[in-house]
Amino acid sequence: MARMKFLCDADRCIDCNACATACKNENEVPWGINRRRVVTINDGKPGERSVSMACMHCTDAPCAAVCPVECIYPTEDGIVLHSKDLCIGCGYCFYACPFGAPQYPKVGNFGSRGKMDKCTYCAGGGGTEAAGSIEEFEKYGSNRFGEGKLPLCAEMCSTKSLLAGDGDIIAQIYKERVLKRGYGSGAWGWMTAYHEGIEV
Amino acid sequence: MRLLARVFIFAVTLILLSAPDAVLAQTLGPDGAPNPTASVTSERKLLQQGPRIEGGIDIPDTRAHVLMQPAGRSWDYFHEVLLRRGGAIIILGTIGLLAVAYLILGRLRIEGGRSGQTVLRFKAFERFSHWLTAVSFVVLGLTGLNITFGKVVLLPLIGPAAFSDVSQAAKVVHNFTSFAFMLGLFLIVVLFFRDNFPARVDIEWVRQGGGFIKHKHAPAGRFNLGEKLVYWLSLAAGVGVSLSGLLLLFPFQGTNIAEMQLAQIVHAVVAVLFVALILGHIYIGTVGMEGAFEAMGTGEVDVNWAREHHDRWLAQKLAEERQASTAATPAE
Repeated sequence: MARMKFLCDADRCIDCNACATACKNENEVPWGINRRRVVTINDGKPGERSVSMACMHCTDAPCAAVCPVECIYPTEDGIVLHSKDLCIGCGYCFYACPFGAPQYPKVGNFGSRGKMDKCTYCAGGGGTEAAGSIEEFEKYGSNRFGEGKLPLCAEMCSTKSLLAGDGDIIAQIYKERVLKRGYGSGAWGWMTAYHEGIEV
Repeated sequence: MRLLARVFIFAVTLILLSAPDAVLAQTLGPDGAPNPTASVTSERKLLQQGPRIEGGIDIPDTRAHVLMQPAGRSWDYFHEVLLRRGGAIIILGTIGLLAVAYLILGRLRIEGGRSGQTVLRFKAFERFSHWLTAVSFVVLGLTGLNITFGKVVLLPLIGPAAFSDVSQAAKVVHNFTSFAFMLGLFLIVVLFFRDNFPARVDIEWVRQGGGFIKHKHAPAGRFNLGEKLVYWLSLAAGVGVSLSGLLLLFPFQGTNIAEMQLAQIVHAVVAVLFVALILGHIYIGTVGMEGAFEAMGTGEVDVNWAREHHDRWLAQKLAEERQASTAATPAE
């Protein structure tokens, strides 16, 4: 069984934000929800790198562990999905997430949050809606995965910096790149997300 | 004040300026030219430099600037393992200890029996303040414990859909009841402030074994040292849960992810200890001692109860009453 992962090759990312835009468009997420974002480190200085980040679909996902209503779970492909029917918007998954992935629409007073929204790996939702249905799309966004496609952010990345797919395969691709060009800033987030880096 | 503020701003600026820059020093090649390959920013080095990796981003959301915070996993461990185990041990342990106390001491009776005469211990407004705090505390306690223990205790019983509805309601109730609790706490602190100040008689109370020796009654004023401890500990814990709770109520308003995690940890730990403290308070105020509940129930306590537990206070109270009655009777 494949284990789906994301890998951002920061040495290739040009901070074009097309991944973030593609994600918004494909999933028609509401204003203020950013399932994917690009963060630039050392902007304008030597060693500058941009990293595209979204839910990494962690192994032993901390968000799933802390969820007080157990609405977050991994699928058999290692994709971390959640049910918006069960979510109570407590915000704990955001505290636990190492990557700032969970997003909340603002509803009501104080800091009260609506149902959590995050990257679904373009694999629909974790609720009871039928896969590929209108209801599923409206709640969770696209279900490309059910059609045998990978997440759109990675599919349309112009420099092929952002890779999605089976963890072993994308790790192999990254390794070959690093060997060929002679340097690499690492598979960002992999140690934290999957308890393993990519040794070259 | 203005000078102080200036000094403060200067100090903060100094600290910010002296903070080590996250930029990796540019590595130069053998010819002295910058070597971009060797200057690459590596994730590992950045994580060695600090707990979080932060960068620039175009969207106006300070949370999104944090690229990575591995501390989330530590917080997960705290919440799922340390807090659940520790909380269960402390709360169940307290209940166990109280059960043992009840088995050994039983209900502490009024030794002299009821006199039939009563004296006013708590005025109506004092009782209102107490019950405002007490009811909101119980509501907050149960709805708060649900966040940590609900999925272990309640979820298997009622199923995911019903549990989600309950938890959603519990969250809203918790958020709003907090204000009633803070008001009640404030009132209690103000109303009982004077009588909870440490006094000489407290030393005597401890020397005579306090309330722990069955047929002996240590001297005490309006509140004995045990009650004073409940007062001061409740004040400390109440301020702790209120401040951390306000931070959680207004997430990321001037706080970052690490501070939010810390606020949650403080809130949870203090709340568990607070629950344990109040369990003891509830025990001694209800089943633990005859005649104690009336003080907060009707406000009137039996004179014999007062004589045994708060002799100094009773004497003062009776003296005041006598004075008041003589003053009220017109001189002949």
